[in-house]
Amino acid sequence: MNLLILNGTVCDPANRTYKKADVLVENGKIVKIGKTLNSKLSTLNAKIIDAKGKIVTPGLIDIHTHLREPGREDEETIRTGTLAAAVGGFTTICCMPNTNPVIDSVSGVKFIIATAHQEGVVNVLPVGAITKGQKGEQLAEIGKMKNAGIVAISDDGKPVMNANVMRRALEYSKMLGIPIISHCEDTNLSALGEMNEGYISTVLGLKGIPRQAEEIMVSRDIALCELSEGKVHIAHVSTARSVELIRDAKKRGIKVTAETAPHYFSLTDEEVKNGNYNTNTKINPPLRTKEDVKAICKGLADGTIDCIASDHAPHLDEEKQQEFKLAPSGIIGLETTLPLVIANLVHKESLPLIDAIAKLTCNPAKIIGIKKGTLSVGSDADITIIDLNKTKTIGKFESKCKNSPFIGMKLTGFADTTIVAGKIVMTGGKIVSD
Amino acid sequence: MKLNHKDLLGLEYLSKNEIELILETAKPFKELFTRTVKKVPTLRGKTVVLLFYEPSTRTRTSFELAAKRLSADTVNIAVSTSAVVKGESLIDTVKTIEAMKADFVVVRHSMSGAAHIIAKTISASVVNAGDGMHEHPTQGLLDMFTVLEKKRKIKGLNIAIVGDILHSRVARSNIWGLNKLGANVFVVGPATLIPKDIEKLNVEVHYDISKIIHKLDVINILRIQKERQEQHLFPSLEEYSELFGINTQKLSNAKKDILIMHPGPMNRGIEISSEVADSKNSVITEQVTNGIAVRMAVLYLLSGGDGGECESFNS
Repeated sequence: MNLLILNGTVCDPANRTYKKADVLVENGKIVKIGKTLNSKLSTLNAKIIDAKGKIVTPGLIDIHTHLREPGREDEETIRTGTLAAAVGGFTTICCMPNTNPVIDSVSGVKFIIATAHQEGVVNVLPVGAITKGQKGEQLAEIGKMKNAGIVAISDDGKPVMNANVMRRALEYSKMLGIPIISHCEDTNLSALGEMNEGYISTVLGLKGIPRQAEEIMVSRDIALCELSEGKVHIAHVSTARSVELIRDAKKRGIKVTAETAPHYFSLTDEEVKNGNYNTNTKINPPLRTKEDVKAICKGLADGTIDCIASDHAPHLDEEKQQEFKLAPSGIIGLETTLPLVIANLVHKESLPLIDAIAKLTCNPAKIIGIKKGTLSVGSDADITIIDLNKTKTIGKFESKCKNSPFIGMKLTGFADTTIVAGKIVMTGGKIVSD
Repeated sequence: MKLNHKDLLGLEYLSKNEIELILETAKPFKELFTRTVKKVPTLRGKTVVLLFYEPSTRTRTSFELAAKRLSADTVNIAVSTSAVVKGESLIDTVKTIEAMKADFVVVRHSMSGAAHIIAKTISASVVNAGDGMHEHPTQGLLDMFTVLEKKRKIKGLNIAIVGDILHSRVARSNIWGLNKLGANVFVVGPATLIPKDIEKLNVEVHYDISKIIHKLDVINILRIQKERQEQHLFPSLEEYSELFGINTQKLSNAKKDILIMHPGPMNRGIEISSEVADSKNSVITEQVTNGIAVRMAVLYLLSGGDGGECESFNS
């Protein structure tokens, strides 16, 4: 079916476009962007979407999602994860390999791609493991997985603690042209900590995770990036010093990129106390301090942090409703990322809309080397229409889980319509059934 | 005056006046202990469940006696005999207890925040009998009661807490309570066992007690746990004892009337020498007696009792 999106404001950071224009989609591709395309309406035979007062952007891309399938289908499936993505305005998501079994071989990659093709409503691009079983010892069959369709490698959830293994992985993946998404954590130093180490952890009697557990590894990975000339992408940056290290490395021309997640510019460790040990504030890396939040915002504004990812990590109620120490780390994020970006960055004027959209579209596309994240004529018609003025209270989710610290929060600015390859998969916050 | 709280989770959450109310209310309860019948009918018909996820003799017995001397019925649930070993969650366990119509749940747990989870889940009054490294409010209260009894005041006193501050819920409750009542609080211990930003709780940090011993009115000595050695926190118990153990030699410069306290159980010869533990300055056994009176006051006030009214026990 053809689509004609009328009267919207097109925001396409890849082309530095921000203007009132109509968008014509034919056969799943963008064929025309321009004014008053509606004058030719009768000849177009297209479904009309009125985007008056709304923003039309490239479909959002999340390079850091946990879909839990295979292994933990009780928490999330590829199906439900993509439904959550569609509601959140994401048309492409990259799923992390820390499933059970770990995605460290071609069969795992093929399973994800086939299942996503059959059951998913948005594009799913698998991330393969760096090492076999994510054990940090032997390289996984990265080349074969690349040929099967992975866009990056990561041992996310665990760091590769051995610097020599990391060096070889960077050299090897450089040859294949894919980045390593690095979970930076010195596990000897974080030592099963429960929250950011500081005043709040001292008062609450929770085991602290020092910020240096992240910064040491950011620093190491930058050094290894320099040594190997590979591509390292730092996942979920949470501290001010990490931002400085990355900024400095970029200045020196090192090929490092970075992401942060919305909670790191929205919340601080005080939330753990305010919530009286609310386990939905238990995240790894942990929520940090006001100074860190400020530095993350600055890093986003000056381009040090290239993109924003959800780090969507579903956990069941019965897993989270436990003693803080026993509860698993992580929160869901696919359905709250865009509203938090708009509410906490765009509306608060720490980031112009077009730059914020870049961090959710063309920047992540560039990091993983895919031809998406743009509304250029001829590209895939993955489109998100955003209503900057829509206000909702967070509380209902398409995800199987509801482990979010943002429940009850009133936010303004949500995805209105999500279009994947010219097909409307979500509109008005509701999934469009097949 | 009444205590308008459903639960007692920590001294952080109480005001100066509320702490003073509990300490005042404990006085007539303590006087009760000198009588032949050490029991009042105040909580008759109420049920107190003692839910202990960690082994404890002194605190559990103290709470049980406190409840019994108020004529409440008590039930003990120890972790080894409970459904927990069958994999039941904390929340399900306390919902079961609530269904049995308990009025109080006194909980001891190895993990910080456990008492908060219970308090959020059930309508019964929850008394935190120690949660992980967080708080042990009734220990803090009984320590303050003891100081007050001996020194007639807390305001302006120099009080040191010595030992493993990092893992100590006793230290945190004492710090909150003593500061609210106007004491000058010092913490002394190995740098590895002093938690980050503790000075923001208005305490002075020291690694060498000899620097401050001359001005101290009270030393509260914490138990050192042997397993901390394996976590690279100090090299050996012998070295700990030499650097931080309180003995007569370390007290040579101390005030004559310095109070020696310990929440127990003691490792004699490690954090405290026998000589010091048994000296006339030691109030360690009195702390135990006072613990019951303070816990009676807590249960009484949480049940809605009036702090002024119980003065009548004196008559």
